[in-house]
Amino acid sequence: MRSRIGILAMGGVVAAAIGMAAPAQARDLTVVSWGGNYQDGQREIYFKPFAEKTGKPVLDETWDGGYGVLQAKAKAGNPNWDVVQVEVEELALGCADGIYEKIDWEKLGGEDKFIPSAVNECGAGAIVWSTAIAYDSEKIAEGPQSWADFWDVQKFPGKRSLRKGPKYTLEFALMADGVPPAEIYDVLGTDEGVERAFRKLDELKPNIVWWESGAQPLQFLASGEVAMASAYNGRITGINRSENRKFKVVWPGSIYAVDSWAILKGAENKDAGMEFIAFASQPENQAKLPQYVAYGLPVKAAAEMVPAEYKADLPTEPDNMKDALAIDVDFWIDNAEALTQRFNAWLAQ
Amino acid sequence: MSETSLKGRLGALALVAPLVLFLAIFFAWPLVSMLKESVSDPVGSHAFPLTAAVAGDWDRQSEPPEALKQAFVDDLRAIDDQQLLGDAVRRLNSAQNGFRTLMSRTIRAVEEQPEGPLDLVAVDRRWADVRFWRAVADSTNPYTDRYLLAALDYERDASGRISALPAETSANTAILLRTLGIGAVVTLACALIGLPYAMLVASVDGWKRQVLLGAVLLPLWTSLLVRTAAWFILLQEQGLINDTLMSLGLIGSPLPLIFNRLGVVIAMTHVLLPFMVLPIYSVLLSIPRNLMPAAASLGAPPWRAFLRVLLPLSLRGVVSGSLLVFMTAIGYYITPALIGGAQDQMISSVIAFYAIGSANWGMAGALGAILLVATLALYTVYGRLSADRAGGR
Repeated sequence: MRSRIGILAMGGVVAAAIGMAAPAQARDLTVVSWGGNYQDGQREIYFKPFAEKTGKPVLDETWDGGYGVLQAKAKAGNPNWDVVQVEVEELALGCADGIYEKIDWEKLGGEDKFIPSAVNECGAGAIVWSTAIAYDSEKIAEGPQSWADFWDVQKFPGKRSLRKGPKYTLEFALMADGVPPAEIYDVLGTDEGVERAFRKLDELKPNIVWWESGAQPLQFLASGEVAMASAYNGRITGINRSENRKFKVVWPGSIYAVDSWAILKGAENKDAGMEFIAFASQPENQAKLPQYVAYGLPVKAAAEMVPAEYKADLPTEPDNMKDALAIDVDFWIDNAEALTQRFNAWLAQ
Repeated sequence: MSETSLKGRLGALALVAPLVLFLAIFFAWPLVSMLKESVSDPVGSHAFPLTAAVAGDWDRQSEPPEALKQAFVDDLRAIDDQQLLGDAVRRLNSAQNGFRTLMSRTIRAVEEQPEGPLDLVAVDRRWADVRFWRAVADSTNPYTDRYLLAALDYERDASGRISALPAETSANTAILLRTLGIGAVVTLACALIGLPYAMLVASVDGWKRQVLLGAVLLPLWTSLLVRTAAWFILLQEQGLINDTLMSLGLIGSPLPLIFNRLGVVIAMTHVLLPFMVLPIYSVLLSIPRNLMPAAASLGAPPWRAFLRVLLPLSLRGVVSGSLLVFMTAIGYYITPALIGGAQDQMISSVIAFYAIGSANWGMAGALGAILLVATLALYTVYGRLSADRAGGR
């Protein structure tokens, strides 16, 4: 541990030595999100208006997730990011490790302005998003209805694409094997359940193309490389709007999760960061998001202000949520490492 | 030693000092700390000093003694460093999954009852399971071989003997061998294409040489990601290559060129080809041009002159080119991830998962150390072989 901090410290010394050539200058508020059409939308409704309001520039950067990235930044001290949008397990792990500043809920107008799953001492919910089956309705008229259909290569010929990693993949496999959404994590919590999920995956393995970044599954669908893919719902609706595609989202069996804004411990602009999160949580600002990207809104008043034309595409719509499953963050922070090792070994066989 | 020569030496030392310093900071130090990271395990002994003191008294098999349990509870009460506690929980969870939720529950219970004995089994039934206590006791040793063993698919069982992990739970060795295999195939492909190409470049003059060299150098100046993405477009099922072949009627259905080993080897060979061509080319330039005519004048037909004169002389370039290509190839990450299928992932992607994904620096360090050792071993064998050859001639 000490040696790693040593490297980082030495890196810091060298960086400082290089930096001395330039006059010392405070870093602008740096906000980090997931990129793609989502961040384009955020830039219009959060970053630019906030910069105008405060009169100070906002830098926005993109990341691909990974707890190690945040941990290394926070541990080295003086991180170069202030506000980061994180997934549930990064929030839970980091909050336990103390790498985030505490959220000032008074500033956000109180915890009961948010849906309960979006409230955490270290993070405030930014969106509710879903991973679901996507297919091209111009190529498949009678589309799949469930994960069992996704697995059925006789009825729906063609390759499939899934995110490379055990998270989501194991849940989907169990649903394809007939486990109802409500019982998924009970089954997956047992050794037999894990076996069962991997056995089900064995069936589809020759037909799977794995994806790693969110743009890939849609690219595979668009080029005809695969017939169906798991994808982030916002990206599916996004490509329909921007490229006039007719991709469909299959809501039953989708898995939804809340992403949150968090502030890295010791960040230079943590106060401005807190102001930014408050700005992005104001109902009238947040309500503009669905016209750019189809993610659900954790602030209750904002969700009510969304125009009807956009509502149908949101994961938070009651119809869409009916047969959906919420990700179990406790299960994954306990088992992610062991199951990823197992998953990698399974892939390699 | 005279004064001037001493001065000269000091001057020379001063000249190379920046380089030495650079190597020490950016090469030697990270390497040493990576190796250290793979065997050091200081978190447990820092976080649980009282437990560490009594852990030696327990045989790791029977029911853990009350003293151990109490020491652990007292340690939890004494910790006030949140990050240290977080590290300790991560360390425990990586040895035995389930620890994260178990520890958050336990820590809450400990906070509620700041003094006196605490029945941990009542807090969570998992504390009755001896495996969790074994993980706690094992974590208090500041040095460990578990990362290195796990990197080679081994573990220590309950009695401390080294045993193989079940094949379905760990595949690091297979992935490491695959990495070396892909590296070897790519190196061979580069040599087979690079040698004739370099000879062609060396045999022409003027603008022809400039064009041929440019064809090798231009890709080198393009981003790796761009070149890989370009191959993606060419190789995909409805990509340029398959479409052309289909419209020519040469094939009836698309060839599987992407998401398999073939695609990875094609793309990596293209990306790494400059590292083979340039060393061979520079060696070829230094070969006197009159050697081939001399061989011909002594009666050697062209193929014989090539085999006996030009090829042996250019081998030096092939040797250094192969080393460059192989060493670079085994560290590849992006190209297999984008072009390869599940069976083509290389060891770097596993290392990246542990470093970036799960902040398990010990495991990342151990895999890196194993890769380093394997590479050094191969390099030594290679050095021996090429030295023998040079000596024999």
